[in-house]
Amino acid sequence: MNQFLAFVRKEFYHIFRDTWTMIILLVLPIVMLILFGFMMTTEVKNTRFAIYDPSRDVATQGIVNKISMSDYFIFSGYLDSPDQIEDVFRKDKIGLVVVFSERFYENMMHTGDAQVQLIADGSDPNTAATLTMYASSLIASYQQDMMGEVKIPYQIKPEIKFLYNPTLKGSYNFVPGVMGMILMLICAMMTSVSIAREKELGTMEVLLVSPMRPVQIIISKVVPYFVLSIINLATILLLSVYVLGMPIVGSLSLLILISVIYILVALSLGLLISSVAKKQMIALLISAMVLILPVLMLSGMMFPLENMPWTLQVLAHVVPTKWYIIAVKKVMLQGLGFSYIYQELIILSSMAVVLIVLSIKRFKYRLE
Amino acid sequence: MLKYLIEKEFKQFFRNSFLPKLVIAYPFIVILIFPIVANFDVSSLNISIVDNDKSSYSSRMIRKIESSGYFRITDVSSTHKEALKSIELNEADVILEIPTHFEADLIREQEAQVMISSNTVNGMKGGFAGAYLNAIITDFNSQIRGEILQFDVGKQVPSMEIVPLYKFNPHLTYLVYMIPAIMVMILSLVCGFLPAINIVSEKESGTIEQMNVTPVGKIQFILAKLIPYWVVGFVVLSISFLASWVFYNFLPVGSFVTLFLFTFIFVLAISGFGLVISNYASTIQQAIFMIFFFVITFIFMSGLYTPVASMPDWAQLVSNISPLKYIINAFRQIYLKGSGFTDLIMPFLALAGLAVFFNGWAVLSYSKKT
Repeated sequence: MNQFLAFVRKEFYHIFRDTWTMIILLVLPIVMLILFGFMMTTEVKNTRFAIYDPSRDVATQGIVNKISMSDYFIFSGYLDSPDQIEDVFRKDKIGLVVVFSERFYENMMHTGDAQVQLIADGSDPNTAATLTMYASSLIASYQQDMMGEVKIPYQIKPEIKFLYNPTLKGSYNFVPGVMGMILMLICAMMTSVSIAREKELGTMEVLLVSPMRPVQIIISKVVPYFVLSIINLATILLLSVYVLGMPIVGSLSLLILISVIYILVALSLGLLISSVAKKQMIALLISAMVLILPVLMLSGMMFPLENMPWTLQVLAHVVPTKWYIIAVKKVMLQGLGFSYIYQELIILSSMAVVLIVLSIKRFKYRLE
Repeated sequence: MLKYLIEKEFKQFFRNSFLPKLVIAYPFIVILIFPIVANFDVSSLNISIVDNDKSSYSSRMIRKIESSGYFRITDVSSTHKEALKSIELNEADVILEIPTHFEADLIREQEAQVMISSNTVNGMKGGFAGAYLNAIITDFNSQIRGEILQFDVGKQVPSMEIVPLYKFNPHLTYLVYMIPAIMVMILSLVCGFLPAINIVSEKESGTIEQMNVTPVGKIQFILAKLIPYWVVGFVVLSISFLASWVFYNFLPVGSFVTLFLFTFIFVLAISGFGLVISNYASTIQQAIFMIFFFVITFIFMSGLYTPVASMPDWAQLVSNISPLKYIINAFRQIYLKGSGFTDLIMPFLALAGLAVFFNGWAVLSYSKKT
């Protein structure tokens, strides 16, 4: 045991005596969480829109006023001819063009074939869909105003309620994903150097002639990084609640439990990479450049997993971040209890076990 | 002399067993997989319906929702509680609850309510589900209003038709929006990470000492480091073009020349930035952490995923230093809208400015003294 503790102390010295690296390890997650937590939002606001209006009557003026007055749109000007539409889009100055048909007011009141075209820039599909949705509802509410006191007959009134996130805050969607990404990548990058560096610097030889068993060597390498990760977890959770305004509806201890297991998975993944790679550079490129892809793409953080072809969905099952994000959302936002997340807990724990066993197996007693 | 230095860099690059493979395989795999993943088609929203009325109108409305093509009805629950359970189990994205006396209220009171509860935990799906459902119900509403009013002439309602049209991408395919951005992402990962570990790994292995005792000037040294990545950048981009053409039959509306012109200046900027980091870092680990942080931040600030215009003002201001912002925007414009160089002169100048700035910094921060 004493031997083991001495090894742990040695690993701590490695970290503490490299001040800059330690500062980077502790500060990076904070900066990333704050930046991404505030930046990542898909709310659309202040989009510039242009009008092509051959009618220029009361009704079209009313609609233009209605749209300009909302927070979503800023009036940018009238176009002289429909030919200009393509041009303004190509210059990327405008998100929406509203085109009225001729004799708009007259047709609206009598024949009923007045037409409004909402032309959006489809090169950004989500924004385009949202913009036309907002604009249509603004026009509909203008129509409502027009009717004045007259009640629209036979009306179905849908009452929309947003569960778990009543104000539709963007951070609710993104923060769990950002947490998963930061913990995974930072933890894996930390441990991925540990063994590779000893190999590269030649100190591995010293370790191998010691009476320590490989299991002990590997575990002693994890301990200090585990402590650092717990500090990171604490700052991340505090920041998400007090700075980003995330709720923790469910139990805090459950959230910590799942996070700790997830950290173990990430650390042992880094160890595995480290025991396979011969050089630090390769270990780091794998844990940063290569690992970032599944974490961004297959975790459900950005893109819904259900829409993917089944091969990729199967592939996504082995991405720990996916399970972590699901569990965090369940606990933080929905406030569900243990019985709802035991599946994720079991999967993540078995991943941790498998990864640790693999990296011990891959750890070589002999120098090549 | 520059020629020999560049030759040295290339030899170092090719004698590494990992790097050449990475440069070839990375863009290929990412272009193959990422666009399939980046799919926001909301054609498969799951809805749970609580029909307390079970009238002819309520069942017509359900059929209307079913045939819209957006929704898949997972279950018709008998109580709100049961429906909520299916949301908690992640089986449904939205609940529609039709109250008792729905039909009776609609006919007699001329007004009836329905309740939509959407699950906002699942990204944007919940929001979309609510909005689509709302649109379908409104549509259904005007349909039955028309039917009822036929027997009830005299109530003229001012009416108009609202037609949404989408330029450049009429079916709102997400794929074509993502591919150009993904190309840029690959480019910045490869051409940002590799220079960032270049100088620092010479420091760690000690070979930088040999460089420091040669008459090689600062500018030559940085240029020799820069030019190989520039070539790597073109290789990566060409593979990406080829892969997106072969896999997705996706070609730009605009010209390849403009695309390459932008890449030319972009790679200079991002690699220069990598070299700056490499100059300051004292270990490979530090360098990787720093470049990782900046590249990820640049990616998120660039509008690749969430539009820059939706960010808070301070973040929009900060995003101006992200070279990715300019080139992703330019790539999308060229690929989808066919914008020409003259339309994109501003982002080009901004990129050129960043390239000069980062490389100037790289030259100044490289010190031959240890």
